[in-house]
Amino acid sequence: MWMLGPIGFGSPLLLLGLVALPLLWLLLRAVPPAPIRRRFPGVALLLGLKDAEAETDKTPWWLLLLRALAVAAAIIAFAGPVLNPQQRAPGSGPLLILIDADWADARDWPRRIDRATALVEEAGRAGRPVALLRLTDTPQPPVFQAADALGATLAGLTPQPFAPNDLSAWAKVLPSEGFDSFWLTDGLEHKGRDALTVALGAKGKLTVFQSPRPLLALRPAGFKDGAVQVSALRLPAGAAVQAEVSARGLDPAGIERELARVVLAFPAGKDQAEASLDLPPELRNRITRFEIAGVRSAGAVSLTDDSLKRRKVALIGGAADREGLLLLSPTHYLKQALAPVADLIDGTLTDILLANPDVIVLADVARLSPVETDAVMDWLDKGGLLLRFAGPRLAASDLARETDDPLMPVRLRIGGRTVGGAMSWGEPKALAPFAQGSPFFGLEVPPEVTVSQQVLAQPDPELAARSIAALADGTPLVTRRAVGQGQVVLFHVTANAEWSSLPLSGLFVQMLERLAVSTRPALAEAADLAGQIWVPELVLDGFGQASEAGEVPGVAGEDLAKAVPGPGMLPGLYAGADRRVALNVIGADTKLTPASWPAGIAVEGMEVAREQALKGAFLAGAMLLLLLDILAALQISGRLTGRIAAGVVATLLALSPPQARAETGDDFAMMATAEVRLAYVVTDDPGVDKIAAAGLRGLGLRLFERTTVEPGEAVGVNIEADELAFFPFLYWPVTSTQPLPSVEGYAKLNRYLRSGGMILFDTRDGDMTGGGASPEARRLQLLAAPLDIPPLEPIPADHVLTRTFYLLQDFPGRYAGSPLWVEAAPPDAEQAEGMPFRNLNDGVTPVVIGGNDWASAWAVDERGAPMFPVGRGYAGERQREIAARFGINLIMHVLTGNYKSDQVHVPALLERLGN
Amino acid sequence: MSETALLRSRAEALGQALPPLLAAAEHLAATVMLGEHGRRRAGLGDEFWQYRPAHAGDSARMIDWRRSARSDAHFVREREWQAAQSVALWVDTARSMGFTGDKSRAPKADRARLLALALAVLLLRGGERVGLAGAATPPRSGRGQVMPLAEGLLAETDADYGQPDTTGLVAHGRAVFVSDFLADLAGVEAAMGRAADRGLRGVLLQVLDPAEEDFPFDGRTIFESMGGSLRHETLRAGDLRDRYLARLAERKERLATLARASGWHYHCHHTGQAAQPALLWLYRALERAA
Repeated sequence: MWMLGPIGFGSPLLLLGLVALPLLWLLLRAVPPAPIRRRFPGVALLLGLKDAEAETDKTPWWLLLLRALAVAAAIIAFAGPVLNPQQRAPGSGPLLILIDADWADARDWPRRIDRATALVEEAGRAGRPVALLRLTDTPQPPVFQAADALGATLAGLTPQPFAPNDLSAWAKVLPSEGFDSFWLTDGLEHKGRDALTVALGAKGKLTVFQSPRPLLALRPAGFKDGAVQVSALRLPAGAAVQAEVSARGLDPAGIERELARVVLAFPAGKDQAEASLDLPPELRNRITRFEIAGVRSAGAVSLTDDSLKRRKVALIGGAADREGLLLLSPTHYLKQALAPVADLIDGTLTDILLANPDVIVLADVARLSPVETDAVMDWLDKGGLLLRFAGPRLAASDLARETDDPLMPVRLRIGGRTVGGAMSWGEPKALAPFAQGSPFFGLEVPPEVTVSQQVLAQPDPELAARSIAALADGTPLVTRRAVGQGQVVLFHVTANAEWSSLPLSGLFVQMLERLAVSTRPALAEAADLAGQIWVPELVLDGFGQASEAGEVPGVAGEDLAKAVPGPGMLPGLYAGADRRVALNVIGADTKLTPASWPAGIAVEGMEVAREQALKGAFLAGAMLLLLLDILAALQISGRLTGRIAAGVVATLLALSPPQARAETGDDFAMMATAEVRLAYVVTDDPGVDKIAAAGLRGLGLRLFERTTVEPGEAVGVNIEADELAFFPFLYWPVTSTQPLPSVEGYAKLNRYLRSGGMILFDTRDGDMTGGGASPEARRLQLLAAPLDIPPLEPIPADHVLTRTFYLLQDFPGRYAGSPLWVEAAPPDAEQAEGMPFRNLNDGVTPVVIGGNDWASAWAVDERGAPMFPVGRGYAGERQREIAARFGINLIMHVLTGNYKSDQVHVPALLERLGN
Repeated sequence: MSETALLRSRAEALGQALPPLLAAAEHLAATVMLGEHGRRRAGLGDEFWQYRPAHAGDSARMIDWRRSARSDAHFVREREWQAAQSVALWVDTARSMGFTGDKSRAPKADRARLLALALAVLLLRGGERVGLAGAATPPRSGRGQVMPLAEGLLAETDADYGQPDTTGLVAHGRAVFVSDFLADLAGVEAAMGRAADRGLRGVLLQVLDPAEEDFPFDGRTIFESMGGSLRHETLRAGDLRDRYLARLAERKERLATLARASGWHYHCHHTGQAAQPALLWLYRALERAA
């Protein structure tokens, strides 16, 4: 290939044709433009007039130039120009491909796989054996195999949600013979990278591919000044950019959705950005994870554990009879202890219960009205914690003297006791060490904590079990009783320092913490974690998707304290005895260090300058110039009238890419709502769109013929631009190259699904590959990941879809036999009496997922004839009929909901009528 | 509807809007015919003029006995002398009149015929005698003349450019020449000379297409006359525009001068304009020509 700058030519000899251009110049110059003949009576007046300029009988120079350029462009085009021709010398010998495959790779994983696929294919063409290593795996010697065998497995590779631990271990397992290596790196410095680089360099040529895309990582959220602090890192620190962090959690209906969103602004040149998120406690306590919107990587996700939760504590003290003496107020020390770590609520008891607090503290409150008692009992049954403190008023009252009070853990003796006072014998009593089994077990008892006055519990067979803290002489200090799912705890001393010095000590705060009244400090101390096995509840994958941990084994607290995720300890949410700890990929002090490569190693960007054939561009240019030449020639000969010019402009406009639909919102709404319209989602493939439109047309015809549903013409819907709320049903054919909707698009889709819309996803592959491994199925997984989709199950035989209009048992389209997925029935659905189906929940399944290519089975052309063959012969026609019946059932299901499910009650109704 | 009927109905519709044309009458001794134009003197006619005492030589049957019975003398009843004009129309039928610069516009000949016939309708309604130049349609009065006029107007000739026809012009009458006057002006001058010799007064109406006024051509062009007898080739038609327009203006000027010199009226009308103002102008011009 002959090179001219960055452009190479496939057949450079053709360029000699350029020599002929001057000849063309001379030829063209000699020929004047052809004249027009016009009939014109005024010619009588023209006779004898001479042309002013004699040389205009030759073609003007600029027209010549235009034509010469057109011819030159054509000649160059046929010489086969190629931009950036790849002239890499094909290597020989085995090829080793290394992929970091960690969380940082996940952001552009498909591109990395593409790159690896290209490398493998290239090696396959050269007949080189290939091996591929995932550096996050446990080191093992590479197995060189044939390229096509490896290429088939590439699509199944996934990144891991952690960084490679020690790369130098890989250096030890490399085979002894030489090979070339390509390293698809994430651009981060990992431990042992240098050793591996040196080892690879010793074996053969090492080429490094590094993505130039910026890397974003989210640090765990912290708590500061009453607001949630969110911070993120980036690499490299370039121009100022903004990233959006979305806080997700369950809404009151139990559906996960975005609860808040905050913008992080990275200043130019800084690699860190922070923002604070001030949320009401209701919302804040619901947050389960933060994620950087639009980045699919485990590093962009930060799970939250208990440390972000703040409990709502209601404080109710006895009437303040001694105003102004703040230090003597029954609730002063409680407020001091709880204010930094919990949200305090003031008010009357009935008002407080409406706010549903986690804890209600009654400090020296003796009597509650019967109504209040009932309300508090209800609240306790639902898991509340009632914390009571004794005091003069409680001691003076006859509460729980004779009988058990439901809101007291124990019965009390009259009066109580005073020790170590001016009028009593003995010393103030110290606390006994906490017994095993007590929630306070393990807390150190400071010797200076003494109790001088307390209320006493009646001796009782259950007293020992209910006592969770005692004085040195064995009298109970704190007693506890379970009520419903909640509990009642009584401190036998006051909440102020009047009866004891307990509220003055740090022990008081720790005790409150153990009782889960207050929140723990933000970060778990290593000592807190040690000694237990922590069981994972949720684990993250490399893309930041959380899934149930299932059989993943637990980890020891000592390992968890190190907070370095690895193959044995995936990032996720770990549950211990009384708390949950989040293990995130990015810790509070994680740094992103760019990898540095020794000189002499070729580092290429992920976007290699691609070979680009310019032939088409040059030919198009030549055509364009010739078109211009037509216009110019018309102009020269005076034939370019206004009408022709208008025609040319109109043609150019028609040729230009179709503009966005100019329909205004109102027009669209009128069009969509004037009658029932079936809609399909417009994909990137016009052919698929056409089939979808034809399919819905066919389904509409069937509905028109057989049911009272008379839909209008099907509508193509653009997720981004159009309002979806008008359509009861969306048919979404999934193509493997479909672009993902934007964040707004997803918000719109989620709103649509929540408000009762239904989407039929059709991967159109008949599930040939099985288990969702086809490109369309993988695309569908990507597409549907951010959607609010409830748990799904293969359609059960008694699903209402099987009988909304026709009685159906399978749901073929152009293919038959692949499973159909619908919203899972609730686990408590029961078999209806005397009916072959269960009492199922209300509502319509928001999604139906399958791969039977229904649109092709439904599709009819303008004359109403089927467009595609289905099956063979009569059986095929039967299959098409069943497909149409499925469509009718589906639309009926969308429009009438679970109406047919109510047939369960028909026998009962008939019986009632009969009597 | 036949072509003549169509032309006639359109022309009548156009003429509807104007009052009957009363052409001013001048003394035309030889061609005096009874008509509705009073001569402000006693003569032959229908309208009463005056009673005069009977002279010697008046025959007895000239005496108005009813008037005479009221006095002692005899009176003769005199009537106003009434005369009608003879108007001769010449409309260019050469092929140059078939030109139109735009498909949506009718050719010049169409407009010329329409104006001529509308004028004829008006004149006939005013009692004038209207005919066409040439021997085929001599001047006659009455509504019945419209049909022969319309048929005569639709005739076409093969000549490229038309020359006014002065045969059949009634001396001391009126003449209306409608043409594009793009032919050699010598013919027009000769025709007007002959007409003036016979005491005719009249009107020159030049009908042009807007394309002939604007010359909207450019590029290499071969211009041909409608019949193909004349041709002119140019490489840049646009360069000729100014000179063409100058020549056209000069021609109009010559026509105007010619008209003025012999007491005629000249007007240039474009087919792009409405026909009504041109008819109005013709009406006035015939009044003024008296």
